[in-house]
Amino acid sequence: MKYEAVIGLEVHAQLLTETKIFCGCSTKFGSEPNTQTCPICIGMPGVLPVLNKKALEFVIKTGLAMNCRISPYSRFARKNYFYPDLPKGYQISQYELPICEHGFIEIIVNGEMKKIGITRIHIEEDAGKNIHEGTGNYSFVDLNRTGVPLMEIVSEPDIRSPQEASEYMKKLRAILRYLGVCDGNMEQGSLRCDANVSIRPEGQKEYGTRTEVKNINSFKFVEKALEYEIKRQIKVLEEGGKVIQETRLWDSTKGITESMRGKEEAHDYRYFPEPDLVPMIVERKWIDEIKSSLPELPDVKRERFVSEYGLPEYDADLLTDEKPLADWYEEATASYSLSVSGPKIISNWVKGELTRLLNEESKTIEECPLRPEQLADMLRLIDKGTISGKIAKIVFEEMYKTGKDAEEIVKEKGLIQITDESAIEKAVDEVISKNPKEVARFKAGEEKLMGFFVGQVMKLTKGKANPQMVNELLKKKLS
Amino acid sequence: MELYRLTITEVRDLLERKEVSARDVVNSVYQRIDAVEDKIKAFVTITRDEAMKMADEVQKRITLEKIQGTISILGIPLAIKDNLCTKGIRTTCSSKILYNFVPPYESTATSRLIEQGYVLIGKTNMDEFAMGSSTENSGFFTTKNPWDLERIPGGSSGGSAAASAADECIAAIGSDTGGSIRQPAALCGVVGLKPTYGRVSRFGLVAFASSLDQIGPITKNVRDSAILMNIISSHDPLDSTSASVPLPDFTAVLGRDIKGIRIGIPREYFIEGMDKEVEVSVKKAIKKLESLGAIPVEVSLPHTGYAVATYYVLATSEASSNLARYDGVKYGFRAGGKDLMDMYMNTRAQGFGPEVKRRIMLGTYALSSGYYEAYYKKAQQVRTLIKRDFEEVFKEVDVIVTPTSPTAAFKIGEKTADPLQMYLSDIFTISVNLAGVPGISIPCGFTSNNLPIGLQLIGRHFDEESILKVAYAYEQSTEWHKRRPDL
Repeated sequence: MKYEAVIGLEVHAQLLTETKIFCGCSTKFGSEPNTQTCPICIGMPGVLPVLNKKALEFVIKTGLAMNCRISPYSRFARKNYFYPDLPKGYQISQYELPICEHGFIEIIVNGEMKKIGITRIHIEEDAGKNIHEGTGNYSFVDLNRTGVPLMEIVSEPDIRSPQEASEYMKKLRAILRYLGVCDGNMEQGSLRCDANVSIRPEGQKEYGTRTEVKNINSFKFVEKALEYEIKRQIKVLEEGGKVIQETRLWDSTKGITESMRGKEEAHDYRYFPEPDLVPMIVERKWIDEIKSSLPELPDVKRERFVSEYGLPEYDADLLTDEKPLADWYEEATASYSLSVSGPKIISNWVKGELTRLLNEESKTIEECPLRPEQLADMLRLIDKGTISGKIAKIVFEEMYKTGKDAEEIVKEKGLIQITDESAIEKAVDEVISKNPKEVARFKAGEEKLMGFFVGQVMKLTKGKANPQMVNELLKKKLS
Repeated sequence: MELYRLTITEVRDLLERKEVSARDVVNSVYQRIDAVEDKIKAFVTITRDEAMKMADEVQKRITLEKIQGTISILGIPLAIKDNLCTKGIRTTCSSKILYNFVPPYESTATSRLIEQGYVLIGKTNMDEFAMGSSTENSGFFTTKNPWDLERIPGGSSGGSAAASAADECIAAIGSDTGGSIRQPAALCGVVGLKPTYGRVSRFGLVAFASSLDQIGPITKNVRDSAILMNIISSHDPLDSTSASVPLPDFTAVLGRDIKGIRIGIPREYFIEGMDKEVEVSVKKAIKKLESLGAIPVEVSLPHTGYAVATYYVLATSEASSNLARYDGVKYGFRAGGKDLMDMYMNTRAQGFGPEVKRRIMLGTYALSSGYYEAYYKKAQQVRTLIKRDFEEVFKEVDVIVTPTSPTAAFKIGEKTADPLQMYLSDIFTISVNLAGVPGISIPCGFTSNNLPIGLQLIGRHFDEESILKVAYAYEQSTEWHKRRPDL
């Protein structure tokens, strides 16, 4: 039987506010344990939460970017459970009346656009961290993260494959990063993803029993974890068993999901409206203000890159994935406006050499030592015939490594292209005279040896000879 | 002179005229504490050394500054209920689970008192986490009623009320979730005011039921309550539920005529089972108000009968969540255990007393999936109806008059075996918290065994002025508030 997967994702995103959601403590990552705490975030008796308005603004921003309805009236709720990293014994979250509802985002799968519904986006506080390793017989608690604002983005069960889930996560991350509301770092835990997964025979309308997969802590595991879980469920059904409703943990080292707790052990969180905080009244005027301050989002930018720069969809998609990369690209294109093919040439350099060099050092585009104008300047040297395209790769890498301008590098390293016909002719003659056997074979019809001759000439001229002139001269002399 | 017997106004006059020093007043209060505290047991912590320091500091201010009009309490010794956080001074809520807790912060209400130069005498005993009506639920000891040492002082602010009545302080601060200021004030023969919800910041008040808790004064007369209200009321950025409303001078209305003021007498508050002597005293008080020009109007608050049940669902639900933080992990008492769950269970089993546990269990149950709709949600709906009852009645009248408590102080141990009986001692005060309106209790007579009886005046939202005005007019025309227990 063929099965279809039904997947809904619950994403937790840490908001990039300077301070925590209900107190003035810093949200900085990686400080000494318990140095970013105060009586409020560690839940001392008698203290009260006060909402950080910036966090609310970030959630509204996200809601608008994901086409949600922003509730004019929403409220906080307490989610009650005991755990040492939860100092109050409850998490301030939302239950009924979340801030955002009924949205969607668009993804492209196999060249086709698909809408994934957003059920709700709500705001809540993060918990701290329990530390069990290297602490002897005790466990310790670090409450620095307690009270860092989180937003929970819940999708509709519209996702049908691990690949779609992965595309959804990529798009969601891109939007969050474009908005500047979350850094989207799954490895550091600032973006977390839980998946509700079920399968059903193709064509069946009713949903199957779902499991919740937790601890998918890296982008590369989104697909892997889901693929595993879908296969596991299929196997269970095909062996005549039943999928049990349960929470499962993804183990990335074993590459499997394992049962964590069943339905019976599920917590009763005893949600009730948070009496320490008044309901959030969001005025239309404020929503409009936030709306007008939204940046151009990935989808719109991608379409503009296609229409404005004439780029293929594939290039536009890659370049608009990260806003800083798109910005870098646009700056380079703006300072190199010589030819109509300019935007595509620059796209090739950015996707190719630049990305390769950045990846080698695992640097992000924000850490790129090269300025966009430097690429434009170098391209102009090619246009003027000062350097060849081949030499340009060497120049580019040198620019990246030293920060020097192309012209300076070309001069220093003597990389100026040889366009003097007599000099090239001399080299061609030398190659012909040194390789009589190959010449004979070429003349006998082995035309693919042309490449060999070009290579030899380039080697002799240290790659500086104008390739077109080399080709022409060789053809003339060998015919 | 027995300075400890005086009121805020009287002490202030003496300080202002430099007839006494702040230290004299503090010393006098401590002499009184030394003499009677063994009998009363009003205090959990006595802060003698801090008080002396505070007194010397304010003395400098008294010498330097001219005392500023009506709001000053420079050098006035006050007792503070032990659920208001005081920086550097142990705050226990009369619970074993917080027996060693020293807050690194000050509650907003006491911060404002500090700014105005008060002197902290000590932290007063209470029912554990303010859950109770007698102080018998204190994790440490029971406070005695100064009028009869075999009787309870009321609760949960029993320590503050007893300390005021026994002159172990000039005045006190308490908190009121379902009657915890007004009922002990009534039973100890002093004045107690629960302000409108949102009038006084709750920051630093250890939460029992967040949507009901309010801090308020317990004083020897009405004027002192007005003076303290002027200081503790505020819109506080640290408390989202504190209201941004204009702050009147609460003393300005004192002494104004109450002629023509309409006082509502709710028929649901004069019920079977109410003590005859209480009923007679309250009815006499109403006659007295009438003689002063007030117009009595019979009114109805039809949902009164549901108030106690509604309260015990909502208050316990909130409490079950508010008290979850006492888990032995971060501060306070921790019992050992073989693992985390064991440590949680031992800590809470040994740290909380039986009434607190009872309420945590009730609240946990009421919020549980499958019961939430029937209990918590339904109670919220009834709360709205109770609120509306008051809104309707306040269209007709300015102030509502009721007994504060159905009986005078009962014997220690009399009701401990029957929690429901104990809950009913707040039957007349609970609705006021559910509706969020202000209420004051003032002395209105004595039983034949010389036990005080309290009269409750209830006002509109943010209209403490009307109840203070009526209370003051009544007080000035009677002598009840001048009586002191024989100790």
